[in-house]
Amino acid sequence: MTIEALTAPPSRSPFAGLMQGTAGPVLVVVAAIIAVWYLAAVMLNAPFQRDMYKRGGIEDAPLAQLVADTLSQDRPVLPAPHQVAVELWDTTANKAVTSKRSLVYHGGITLSSTLLGFVLGTALGIGLAILVVHSRVLDKSLMPWVISSQTIPILAIAPMIIVVLNAIGISGLLPKAMISTYLSFFPVTVGMVKGLRSPEAIQMDLMKTYSASPAQALWKLRLPSAMPYLFASMKVGVAASLVGAIVGELPTGAVAGLGARLLSGSYYGQTVQIWSALIAAAVLAATLVALIGVAERLALKRMGMRR
Amino acid sequence: MSAREGTTPAPAPRPHRLGAVRTVLASLALALALVATMMPVIASDTMALGLLAFPLLAAMVLAAVIVLAPYRLCLLRGPRAAGLLAAVSYAMAFVLISLIAAHPGQAGSGFWALVVVAWAIAWLSVEEMAGLKPRQPLWGRAIALAIPLTFGAWLLILWQVLVVGFAVPKVLLPPPSDIWVRLIASPEVLWADFRQTFLKGVLIGYALGCGAGFLVAILVDRVPFLRRGLLPIGNLVSALPIIGVAPIMVMWFGFDWPSKAAVVVIMTFFPMLVNTVTGLAAADRMQLDLMHTYAANYPQTLLKMRLPMAMPFVFNALKINSTLALIGAIVAEFFGTPIVGMGFRISTEVGRMNIDMVWASIAVAALAGSLFYGLVTLAERAVTFWHPSVRR
Repeated sequence: MTIEALTAPPSRSPFAGLMQGTAGPVLVVVAAIIAVWYLAAVMLNAPFQRDMYKRGGIEDAPLAQLVADTLSQDRPVLPAPHQVAVELWDTTANKAVTSKRSLVYHGGITLSSTLLGFVLGTALGIGLAILVVHSRVLDKSLMPWVISSQTIPILAIAPMIIVVLNAIGISGLLPKAMISTYLSFFPVTVGMVKGLRSPEAIQMDLMKTYSASPAQALWKLRLPSAMPYLFASMKVGVAASLVGAIVGELPTGAVAGLGARLLSGSYYGQTVQIWSALIAAAVLAATLVALIGVAERLALKRMGMRR
Repeated sequence: MSAREGTTPAPAPRPHRLGAVRTVLASLALALALVATMMPVIASDTMALGLLAFPLLAAMVLAAVIVLAPYRLCLLRGPRAAGLLAAVSYAMAFVLISLIAAHPGQAGSGFWALVVVAWAIAWLSVEEMAGLKPRQPLWGRAIALAIPLTFGAWLLILWQVLVVGFAVPKVLLPPPSDIWVRLIASPEVLWADFRQTFLKGVLIGYALGCGAGFLVAILVDRVPFLRRGLLPIGNLVSALPIIGVAPIMVMWFGFDWPSKAAVVVIMTFFPMLVNTVTGLAAADRMQLDLMHTYAANYPQTLLKMRLPMAMPFVFNALKINSTLALIGAIVAEFFGTPIVGMGFRISTEVGRMNIDMVWASIAVAALAGSLFYGLVTLAERAVTFWHPSVRR
């Protein structure tokens, strides 16, 4: 085996054009995942179905019927993709948005605390990064704690924060948002410290020759050059803050939100409901990250930083 | 965190002066220490005790003034200033904590003024420590450790003083001393939880998830088609709230640790996959060509060059995963456990309003998480000793 094997060899198949980019392979992999999902659904649901047949006195059900039945169980061990899709469609399009059974309603509740937590976390992260860059003491004393704060499983504290804040009368959005804040401030702090230090010495010297104050240097040089770092860490932060919002909904006793759908689904064995909440959360996360990607492209283009 | 501004010019030899922050802090501390002598330290509806009622505290205030005054006048500086300031601040904190423990919820204005004084002195000591440039590397390392430790210690001190001083109900926030007492009093329960969650769920899941991610990454790297197809999906999945599969795993694998390990496997798999694939692409053309000229075959190239070069990326994933694994296992326990485990302990003791037990569990989890992370970092130093970020 030589070096050629390590790099992509020129393919000569008729589908070469289609399979050269990323779209083709991604589609194939997604198709493979769905195929495996169907297969797994049949295999995992089959024992229960056989049991049903036995109780119903049906002997030797044909394989086709077995497969069809395993894919349309009411509470399957693993619901088939189309069942999840139907449930998703049913709970988003066919229900009023204000209905408690609408996934849009629950998604909206999760989204609002995600966004509040994300905004707070980003603001906190940027503020901390600015302090850390300007104060030697904070750099040396705070940064190690910022890093080790993330080795603490904060999600473990989530139920307590919520219960305690409820006890002193703060309820609703803010407790959940605080968990999101805690999870999302870290990537922003670390990224922004890196970004605010990214101007080269020669550029900082130029600011000095202009006799710019630290505030001016921050506003006109450091912050603009930190923008690419900010967007990169905001993408990580928003995903983390969605996780925080979902986990924050667990201990409130399954009232509302995607996390509550997960919890009530697991209480009542509604697997289809769990999976559809999961897919909804995934779509939400992907959308949020993509939106920040769009904002990044627009902002960097306007600033002339786009490569 | 190494500052690389390079803009601050080398300080010219000039008369020693305190910076703006230190001047303000030192003046404030001095003024407050003097004013506090006239304010009630312990005050309740029936009594108000001044500073002179507590000779030990009065001695501390005197010591603070004796250290602060020459410091403010720039007569005291360097390592001696840092050491004296640190000693005075900790001694004051100790006296203040033991004082308020005897009179919970009766703190007067003088008490809080002295807390601020002690805190300001601690900050000044950190400022001085950060400014030291010891010649021996051992001292440098000790100072680099002492600064964050001082910060953490003061976080705990302020927590203790505020909670006891304002008599915050213990069901809301117990003081650190109570948590410590609980931590010492119930080692068996905490150890059983630790064994269930960490030694079984986290470690097994972590090993399986990281191992699987690593092996699949090598496979994916061998097949360019898979690399192009799987990498975007892996990137997407890394951003998804995978923690949501916890209820499904609990349903599939039961209440005991295998379901927690399964959640951890899924959570750790994708970061490992994405990072390893990226790392395997880190070798550049020249290096690959060099291996080619050595007539190295694929396994040799992989083992001797590409895997070592991928190690910084692999360890990045291992570090990310060390925190993800703990979170995954604990959150999965919220969805159902046998009656043991950190997540179970936290959620049930919250319900029983045993908040100090909750905090004790959290302390164990935090300690375990930090140690785990630290061990991975040590292994990283040993394995990637050649990398610029580790090399000295």
